[in-house]
Amino acid sequence: MKNPADSIIQCGDMAFQLKDEVVSLISFVGDVTAALWEGIRHPKRLRWKDFLFYMNTCGPDGVPITIMISALMGVVLAYQAEVQSHKYGADNFLPMVIGCTILRELGPLMVAIVATGRSGSAFAAEIGTMKISEELDALRTMGIRPTRFLVVPKMWAMLFMLPLLTVIGDFVGCAGGYMVMRSELGMPLDVFLRLTRQGVAVKYFIEGVLKSVVFAYIITMTGCWRGFRTGSDAIAVGRSTTSAVVTSILFIVLTDAFLAKLFTVFYGWQG
Amino acid sequence: MADNNAANPAPAAIEVRDLSIGYGSRVVLDNLNFRIEPGQIVTILGGSGCGKSTLLKHIIGLYKPLRGDILINGRSIVTADEQEKRSIMSEFGVAYQGGALFRSLNLAENIALPMEELTNWTRAEIRKRVSEKLALVHLNGFEKYMPSDLSGGMIKRAAFARALALDPKLLFFDEPSAGLDPLTSDMLDKVILEIREKTHATIMMVTHELPSIFRVSDRVIMLSAEKKGIVDDGSPAYLRDHSADEYVRTFLSRGGTYKSNSTEPDHA
Ligand SMILES: Nc1ncnc2c1ncn2[C@@H]1O[C@H](COP(=O)(O)OP(=O)(O)O)[C@@H](O)[C@H]1O
Ligand SMILES: [Mg+2]
Repeated sequence: MKNPADSIIQCGDMAFQLKDEVVSLISFVGDVTAALWEGIRHPKRLRWKDFLFYMNTCGPDGVPITIMISALMGVVLAYQAEVQSHKYGADNFLPMVIGCTILRELGPLMVAIVATGRSGSAFAAEIGTMKISEELDALRTMGIRPTRFLVVPKMWAMLFMLPLLTVIGDFVGCAGGYMVMRSELGMPLDVFLRLTRQGVAVKYFIEGVLKSVVFAYIITMTGCWRGFRTGSDAIAVGRSTTSAVVTSILFIVLTDAFLAKLFTVFYGWQG
Repeated sequence: MADNNAANPAPAAIEVRDLSIGYGSRVVLDNLNFRIEPGQIVTILGGSGCGKSTLLKHIIGLYKPLRGDILINGRSIVTADEQEKRSIMSEFGVAYQGGALFRSLNLAENIALPMEELTNWTRAEIRKRVSEKLALVHLNGFEKYMPSDLSGGMIKRAAFARALALDPKLLFFDEPSAGLDPLTSDMLDKVILEIREKTHATIMMVTHELPSIFRVSDRVIMLSAEKKGIVDDGSPAYLRDHSADEYVRTFLSRGGTYKSNSTEPDHA
């Protein structure tokens, strides 16, 4: 029979492990943020070539999959909404529902999840591989801070590119919604646009884009952090890639819930 | 250790005191003590997995030891704060066992990186020095090659060249010639001796190449996994003839009179 004391010890061990993880994440976030700030003050110290490289891999290379996912999301959302609200003769509300949902929530969220799978995992794998091949050690003996060298270019690239991808995703998602409106309800484009403009405030668009900036920060931070925490064997890289994606999506959804509430409260104050 | 300092006023290039190192709670090497004088070329010998790379990585300050102290020119790298540690590390040149070239940079950029990051040299000056270092290891002409397009031996030589980038005072080579053909390996030996001649650098290296050990090393420190420590320490020729340890004698005299069954340690 298992000794109850063992279980208590196990719980204690887990608590300590969790504490280690949290401490490591917090100090990593601090380190990267300091390096970002240093980059703003001394732009010459930024690794421009790497920055452009990651701009390309995080941005243009991700456009096709972003368009596909966002369009499908718009279609699915519009279809489900249409089936329900048609029963109540609320067709004219549909463009508002679609627009608000996509701009405020689904657009930024889906684009961020796609970017986690594409870029966040790639960051973890890249840094994890560098750890195993002693490249991180080599950086440190050269007196180069790995955060400045490896994380900052990725971070800037993501901070620029994810909002742009989100704008694309928003647009394509709404276009997908319109396709459904037209085929199911025969709604003409000018009507759809008018109803959308009436129901969807510009601030919702801005809210979504701001969220995507936060998501970019989370994706890069988590991906790189997991990379640096990679163990010392080759299987460890796979493990940290997986956990980068899982951890990042978890943080994104939590943050999204928090931000949704925050923005709603903020709009309430505005009246 | 105060009397030790009094007898030797000039600090050792590397001094290791009561050092225990390992990973987590696992001790790999226990209670090491040695000093390496400036300008010495020291070879660390020992079976695979006995902790040679681990020792090197602790001495260059990548890991914190479990116990004990490591002094570089009299300054402790163990207790140094971040800034002092960086200043100590700036005198190191390291070639890692697997090369550790940066995959996203081509050969020339790899060797230029420490120069770009740590000096104020102009682009032209850097370019000149990069081709100097590449010529040293016979890699000129490969500047634009990415590490993934180089052979294992070329990567080793490139890593060697990168370690020399800033003409450091302390050089660490982890198996620089493992897997190289004998001629290339001879060439690296020649480069090592030239460096010592020119810059009086202190060199600590891990290698199993006997000819290389006898040609360049002033001293051999033999480690053992069973003892978790130093088995013997002395000049290669002296250890070959007079070591109290059977394995050390056998290993070092393997050279000319190689007998496959005599390379196994008797006590293993
Ligand atoms: N990063 C690490 N984490 C945990 N154990 C390690 C690590 N690196 C090496 N070891 C272990 O430490 C021992 C010594 O390894 P190493 O110093 O690489 O040996 P050598 O270079 O002499 O062949 C080995 O048993 C190895 O498994
Ligand atoms: Mg080794």
